[in-house]
Amino acid sequence: MSALITVDNISKRFRGLVAVDRLSFEVAQGSMFAVIGPNGAGKTTVFNMIAGVFAPDNGSITFAGERIDGLPLDRVCRRGVGRTFQIVRPFPALTVEDNVIVGALLHRSHVKDAQAHTREILRRLDLYDKRGQRASALTLPDRKRLEVARALATDPRLLLLDEVMAGLRPTETDRMVAILKELNRETGLTILLIEHVMRAVMALASRILVLHHGAAIAEGEPSAVVRDPAVIHSYLGAEDIA
Amino acid sequence: MIARLTDGVSRRALVLLGLALAAALVAPLFAGDYLLTVLILIFYFAYVGQAWNIMMGFAGQLSLGHALYVGLGAYTAAALYVHFGVGPWIGLLVAVPLAALAGAFIGFLAFRFRVGGVYFAILTIAVAEFARVGFDHLSWTAGSSGLFLPVKQYAHNDLWLLRGSPAMFYYVLLTATVLAFIGCRALLKSRIGYFWLAIREDEQAARAAGIDTFRYKMAAVVISAAMTSFAGVIYAFYYNNLFPEQVFHISRSIEIILGPIVGGVGTLFGPILGAFILTGLAETLTGAMAMLGIDLPGAKQVFYGICLLLVIMALPDGVWPWLARRIGLKERGE
Repeated sequence: MSALITVDNISKRFRGLVAVDRLSFEVAQGSMFAVIGPNGAGKTTVFNMIAGVFAPDNGSITFAGERIDGLPLDRVCRRGVGRTFQIVRPFPALTVEDNVIVGALLHRSHVKDAQAHTREILRRLDLYDKRGQRASALTLPDRKRLEVARALATDPRLLLLDEVMAGLRPTETDRMVAILKELNRETGLTILLIEHVMRAVMALASRILVLHHGAAIAEGEPSAVVRDPAVIHSYLGAEDIA
Repeated sequence: MIARLTDGVSRRALVLLGLALAAALVAPLFAGDYLLTVLILIFYFAYVGQAWNIMMGFAGQLSLGHALYVGLGAYTAAALYVHFGVGPWIGLLVAVPLAALAGAFIGFLAFRFRVGGVYFAILTIAVAEFARVGFDHLSWTAGSSGLFLPVKQYAHNDLWLLRGSPAMFYYVLLTATVLAFIGCRALLKSRIGYFWLAIREDEQAARAAGIDTFRYKMAAVVISAAMTSFAGVIYAFYYNNLFPEQVFHISRSIEIILGPIVGGVGTLFGPILGAFILTGLAETLTGAMAMLGIDLPGAKQVFYGICLLLVIMALPDGVWPWLARRIGLKERGE
């Protein structure tokens, strides 16, 4: 399979701190790719560079054959990269449905079409019955799903998920895993996720990249990566990951 | 067309709306001269409040300088009439683009250089003040001594030149208010309306959803400015005299925004209801003071302020959302 996104030798410094250090990786079209690592390893910084929040200091990011590094946030999204925020940011005063319609209108000019697309997505994410509620009234797991729904509504080819499992109970995590798997299988959507919840990572990812101090310390198939001594030492510790 | 206009409106709302419109249409037949001037004022504020609401209520951009667009509209149309005998409807063709351009200028400065929140509000005040001082020294519009439109007794109403009785101005402003309401509703229910609300709620998240926020914020300012300037044109031909100190003054900008705030920012009926409440309140107070024989300077303003404070404290989201629930109506975004 060919790469949908290629990250080549990117670095990012914040004043003296090197947040990401000459990092390279590829995500294959249609795959699910996880980035893991301890807090402060630079995961969100990598995400923000891909999503266009800021540009890398060096290196390049190529999405679907075109350079996207340095493009502003909204243009990256219009190219086909949808994202969620680690700290959820729904539009609080709008209803669940209107939140998602905003995303769906990106590539649709009529509200009616956007609404039809929205309802399909809401059904998929178990939010259909809550479509009339204000986003501010939702519980955290629902808000996380809403965040995914809004990103999905923009018809992305690549979905960036920033810790969507954090704060979910195990049953909710399993449900989210099932939803994402179904999406990936049925629509061929490529997913790049940052995640701490190993239960979800192991269930979803076909490849894992482990970051530590801004650099890759391991990359490969999940079963191999979790047995890597460097990974166990720096991140997983003695924790039982099975 | 009619079906599309009433799409999603309950039967109850349609009936109430029809009754209100019918009452507004026949009002000049029953209202005396005084009441008619009050009603003209109400619809003037309802209309400009609606225009301001596009920026603040929909797109979340606080303008405290809307007097600028009123003034530009008023001065442009009046000057064209006085100097060249160009009627107001032709004058609009110059006045509206000019105000839109002024809005675009402010918007470009602010949004290009990431001036937001209170700093944006200050910028809008600054440009309006700049215009006030500028017009004070502009001899073409008679500077600070004021620009006067020729006035005489008119045998009949001349709608084309806007010369005639208050009733004519009443109907012009009523029509403008109705059209502004319909237009704003259509905008709010369309793609641009959704994008505005998204920007109002969380600009960064809106950008992450692919929205070109610069473009849509610019659209809000330009549309709002253009709409507001129309009110300015009517203002000039109704009052027949313009002074920079009055037209562009910041107190005028504040007057414009009080209606929507009291009525409900971001709602479609808020600006109209707010105009009725505030103008009604001011006139009632004037009447009450006269009846009670209170003749203290500033006393009316104090009572006005107290009433305003009470309304805002009791109903911080505005009167309309509360009233809408009371009479069994609901509005989107409420």
